[in-house]
Amino acid sequence: MKTPSVNPIQRRGAWTVDSIWRLGFAARFFFSLLLYSGQSLRRFHGLTMREIYMSGVLSLVIIVVSGLFVGLVLGLQGYETLQRFGSSEALGVLVALSLVRELGPVVAGLLFASRAGTAVTAEIGLMKTTQQLQAMDMMAVNPIARVVAPRFWGGVIAMPLLAALFSAMGVFGGWLIGVVLIGVDGGAFWSQMQSSVDFRFDILNGVIKSVVFGFAVSLIAVFEGYDCTPTAEGISRAITRTVVSSALAILALDFVLTSFMFRGN
Amino acid sequence: MSDNVVDLRKVSFSYGTRAVLQGVDFTVPRGKVVAIMGGSGSGKTTLLSLIGGQLKPQAGSVEVDGRAVPNLKRHELYALRRRMGMLFQFGALFTDLNVFDNVAFPLREHTSLPEELIRDLVLMKLHAVGLRGAFDLQPSELSGGMARRVALARAIALDPMLMMYDEPFAGLDPISLGVIGQLIRRLNDALGASSIIVTHDVAESLAIVDYVYFIGEGKVVAEGTPDEIRASQDPYVHQFVHSEADGPVRFHYPAQPYRDALLAGANA
Repeated sequence: MKTPSVNPIQRRGAWTVDSIWRLGFAARFFFSLLLYSGQSLRRFHGLTMREIYMSGVLSLVIIVVSGLFVGLVLGLQGYETLQRFGSSEALGVLVALSLVRELGPVVAGLLFASRAGTAVTAEIGLMKTTQQLQAMDMMAVNPIARVVAPRFWGGVIAMPLLAALFSAMGVFGGWLIGVVLIGVDGGAFWSQMQSSVDFRFDILNGVIKSVVFGFAVSLIAVFEGYDCTPTAEGISRAITRTVVSSALAILALDFVLTSFMFRGN
Repeated sequence: MSDNVVDLRKVSFSYGTRAVLQGVDFTVPRGKVVAIMGGSGSGKTTLLSLIGGQLKPQAGSVEVDGRAVPNLKRHELYALRRRMGMLFQFGALFTDLNVFDNVAFPLREHTSLPEELIRDLVLMKLHAVGLRGAFDLQPSELSGGMARRVALARAIALDPMLMMYDEPFAGLDPISLGVIGQLIRRLNDALGASSIIVTHDVAESLAIVDYVYFIGEGKVVAEGTPDEIRASQDPYVHQFVHSEADGPVRFHYPAQPYRDALLAGANA
């Protein structure tokens, strides 16, 4: 049996061509997605609301529990460091800023990709494998409008809400450790947080991050599902790619967004 | 109005460099049930995809109800597809919807009928395939034959002028096979539709169809009525009808000579 002779340069060339082709397909897919998003808005209650439930409400447990634990750890670590400098009352500020600016959007985004993104990829991939998308297309129903777009917008809407909830639970966790268990002054905890957390530069920027992450993760999830090879192995690979690409996209975008939002004072 | 609901002339299609169909002529007269038979990979399903507008031919013309399918814009193609029904090999039921909602799906998407009327129509379609009592089951609770019948009810929901069946008998027990076969014929006649069946199942198909096309190596190698096919001495048809392992359709996939392949391994 003759094995195809592929040298490293040919392999790299094939990989490059394939990557460019895939990028082009992804761009066309994205434009189709935007073009056929009208139905997701017109039938918001029938289509998109269901996806907000699937991506958002069903992710609540992992988001709430994780947010609480991250807050508890922040409370412990923050107190230990701050009390060395005699400023343990600033614990509320530390917890709130860490969560609202960074940990809330980033960790919630990573959890969202693992919980909801993978579910969306698997569902669309399985629909493709079992010819459900093809059947829909033959019934004159556009699968991008009917299946892909509602899941995409459902994710985009759910993600900032989950990130906000994550941050809120984290602050609660920090308060639980700092004020209730360790005994930091509750008034100082809340008042310092209130005076130091800026709505525009901290909260709004955090919300912008979570919207961008929701956009990126949802796009990756629906694309990987739609583009997967229609086999069991193909779906498995697509799910893996969703998690890896989403994690890298979130971390890279976080750096870019933080650079733009950085005030330097 | 043309006598033929489907008219393919000199159609050629390739996947990359691999020619799947070469100069195929194929027609479906109105009201008739036509079978397309041939070995695996002979291009039968590709033919259905060309008729449904999922693929475009590299040469030749594909007309459905007098309209050139490859030239249609997306909304025109969708308008045409609303008058077509397709049954996929394993049903392709929507797994997040129950039986009732699966059958109601095309009605809800393409009509603005009140829910009471949709309910009546869905129950009528399910009754026609004998599964009115299964309206609240999930697709995972259905046997292969039942899933195929639900998919059939969904495909006829909008009373199509053309029904296409992709391997409707694959993997069915003899009873389900007979039921599906009879349903295809009865529904075709009751709806006044025309039907195309892509199948391997010779005995079941010859019992219900009006005309048969045999496709081999991308060409129509034989055609005729079921009686003509049964009496045919064509080697390809003979091999197919009598289920012979070797003949014009080779048992072995094309490969280098056996001796060379073995020696190449020994010399490596």
